[in-house]
Amino acid sequence: MSAVETKVQEEKKPLLSKKDRKLITDPLSDNNPITIQVLGICSALAVTTQLKPTMVMAISVLAVVVFSNVIISFLRNLIPGRIRIIVQLTVISVLVILVDQVLKAFMYDVSKQLSVFVGLIITNCIVMGRLEAFAMGNKPGPSLLDGLGNGLGYGVIILMVAFAREFFGSGKIFGYQVIPDAMYEMGYVNNGLMLIPAGALFVIAVIIWIQRSLNKNLEEA
Amino acid sequence: MRNSNNYIILFAVIVTVISAILLASAATLLKPMQDANLLKEKQQNILAAVGKTDENDYKDFDKLIQAIVVDENGEEVSGQMPLAINLAYEKRVQAKDPKHKLYYPLYIYTNEAGEKTYILQLAGTGLWGPIWGYLSLDQDGNTVKAAIFDHKGETPGLGAEINTPAFQNKFSNKKIFNADGNFASVKVQKGNYDVADPYQPVDAISGGTITSNGVSQMLESDIKFYLAYIQKQKNN
Repeated sequence: MSAVETKVQEEKKPLLSKKDRKLITDPLSDNNPITIQVLGICSALAVTTQLKPTMVMAISVLAVVVFSNVIISFLRNLIPGRIRIIVQLTVISVLVILVDQVLKAFMYDVSKQLSVFVGLIITNCIVMGRLEAFAMGNKPGPSLLDGLGNGLGYGVIILMVAFAREFFGSGKIFGYQVIPDAMYEMGYVNNGLMLIPAGALFVIAVIIWIQRSLNKNLEEA
Repeated sequence: MRNSNNYIILFAVIVTVISAILLASAATLLKPMQDANLLKEKQQNILAAVGKTDENDYKDFDKLIQAIVVDENGEEVSGQMPLAINLAYEKRVQAKDPKHKLYYPLYIYTNEAGEKTYILQLAGTGLWGPIWGYLSLDQDGNTVKAAIFDHKGETPGLGAEINTPAFQNKFSNKKIFNADGNFASVKVQKGNYDVADPYQPVDAISGGTITSNGVSQMLESDIKFYLAYIQKQKNN
């Protein structure tokens, strides 16, 4: 895990100071959980064949990381150090199971597509990483922003991957066919590789490649 | 204080109790909606097997479909709820205890002309987990009208293709009895088979061999169960 965590100063400041904004914007680009920290890759591979389930997955992870960050931050001075990891996991598990139950009740078709991957948010390193690295040492306010930033950073990347995979793999966007039938008649074929998890690896690698060539700060010595 | 054993145990107990209360109340509150979703999906699948694919058809399910339960001797069994039968579970119980009696739900659709369509319920295993489906048979008890399959977690793009129309449409007009009148089921096999020939097997999914075999076995074992009942209806 990257060690470039910003310790938030405990002083009075206006709503969303520069440091606060950085808490949200950093995970979106320079410290993105997927492309820079390379966390949460397994779900990025598994759920991204279509945009709709990916969107639901992104929102679910966002909700879980925000709420668990805030809850753990409130409890941070009460949690005994020796059992902190299991307490964090308990909080995450409760939230994830709640999300799963709500999806099963209100968005049954999407929940079927996501199947086990909702449950696997529990093991998503992004969530636990933020709790251990940030929420345990910061107030609830900044923890909320940090959760938002990381949840969005995750969501943006998996949506980009899902866009590429659904477009090239099925010729569709959000389930609507965008590549006209005429193209198929002319001999265009969907790329089957995009439908299998390996396709997502290529897409993520390309995103990382583009990001690193645009931003020289990220190049490793 | 924070590191004393008593504090740790107390803290753990409180966290556990609060989590348990939250989860139990969520599960209880949402259960009716989740069950309604499952029932709706089942009804939609059954209706899809007779070509009623409109999203709202399930609301008229009770009017459109007559649901009964049959046993292996072809007798109609009363006192069982057809929609509540979990076929996959019953089969697992029977595999352990051969004395356990299996009851199969049978759905009958009668169209405006009075022609019946039998909808059989199927349950089997694919590569990664359970697969299931519905097969509709024409009044002659021989010609397949449509087949619907679904799965829990087959490989996307390979075995998971069993729930696509491209695969399911190949089952229409196949015969479950061969030209000599013996039960042959509808086989799913590798080979370049003629979709239009009712006696030829259905072409399996390349890369999805184990799932395809699962579909084939499921069809054979489950259609067989209904034969006695359908035979009786024909004799009447």
